Amino acid sequence: MSIGHTLLGLLESGPRHGYDLKRAFDERFGHDRPLHYGQVYSTMSRLLKNGLVEVDGIEAGGGPERKRYAITEAGVTDVEHWLATPEKPEPYLQSTLYTKVVLALLTGRGADGILDTQRSEHLRLMRELTRRKKDGDLADQLICDHALFHLEADLRWLELTAARLDRLAEEIRR
Amino acid sequence: MTTAPLLRASGLVKAYGPTPALAGADFGLRAGEVVAVMGPSGSGKSTLLHCLAGIVRPDAGTVHYDGRELTAMTDGQRSALRRSDFGFVFQFGQLVPELTCVENVALPLRLDGERRKEAERRARAWLERLEVEDVAAKRPGEISGGQGQRVAVARALVTAPRVIFADEPTGALDSLNGERVMALLTDASRDTGAAVVLVTHEARVAAYSDREIVVRDGSVRDAEWAA
Repeated sequence: MSIGHTLLGLLESGPRHGYDLKRAFDERFGHDRPLHYGQVYSTMSRLLKNGLVEVDGIEAGGGPERKRYAITEAGVTDVEHWLATPEKPEPYLQSTLYTKVVLALLTGRGADGILDTQRSEHLRLMRELTRRKKDGDLADQLICDHALFHLEADLRWLELTAARLDRLAEEIRR
Repeated sequence: MTTAPLLRASGLVKAYGPTPALAGADFGLRAGEVVAVMGPSGSGKSTLLHCLAGIVRPDAGTVHYDGRELTAMTDGQRSALRRSDFGFVFQFGQLVPELTCVENVALPLRLDGERRKEAERRARAWLERLEVEDVAAKRPGEISGGQGQRVAVARALVTAPRVIFADEPTGALDSLNGERVMALLTDASRDTGAAVVLVTHEARVAAYSDREIVVRDGSVRDAEWAA
């Protein structure tokens, strides 16, 4: 999963401190693996360096100074591009796709397009494997079938998610 | 791609009573192209296929086939067109149980007035092509589901149709038989230049197509031919 893009997407609803970002991330996407503070700050300084976020304000307090980050126009474009680009079909894709779908809904974008683009990408690879299987020997066929069954499982998840998008959007809005 | 479509549907709407089955479907099929029609159960896939093939008349919208408006034809004209230009494969072979397999495959030719000997010669050639020549003299009740579906594919191809409509053609088969039927169907259609409209909810079946469209709640997303 791309932590940078996810944090950027979370900033689209308004500027936040690093701590708020970590909390929002953990709540939505960090069920099994919450972010470390170090990851948040190193990611934010990279995004800052690349002009995808800017410092919106600094609060001086008793502890270390707290920067508040805001997404830039280039940052919004970057999120947009990430959401629109299909993922390379591979195992354990669900967590990235889940993040993309939730983030799209959170930021008021449609998630249908993400699922459709990903379906096309999966089917493109399935066609390639099917062609290879037809021309190959039994060993090729078995290897291709293994990949095909896994891709098919992904696609079934995509279909089920597509059918549940309205409910998911409702839950996220709550 | 800019090649004009052989079959083109615009703004198809169809309801069965109060239930909308198609709510504005656009679709295009080029000659020789294999297109998978995907989507969840009840999304309108089969209704789309029935409208494209002239089996049911849409409530609104048009279907053009090879320069002619299918939706403006009489029932008799559509029926004649289906016999001359289209072939059909359904989930269950729908073979005539009283006829032998070779007679089943020869049936469309016989209905067109072909002599029995010639019709059965051509039917046998297709049974061979579909690797089921050994069931030629058997009746549908005496063969397996996979063999029956191959016989059905042979029957769909025997008239050299320009479009084959296949509705869940592997739906009743196990994986291995389903894959074999798909490989034989798509190889044969590519060799003869027939286009295929393939309704399926299975991704591994759709992977035999050139491209896919998705029907959801009666709407079709055909990016290439959207109005």
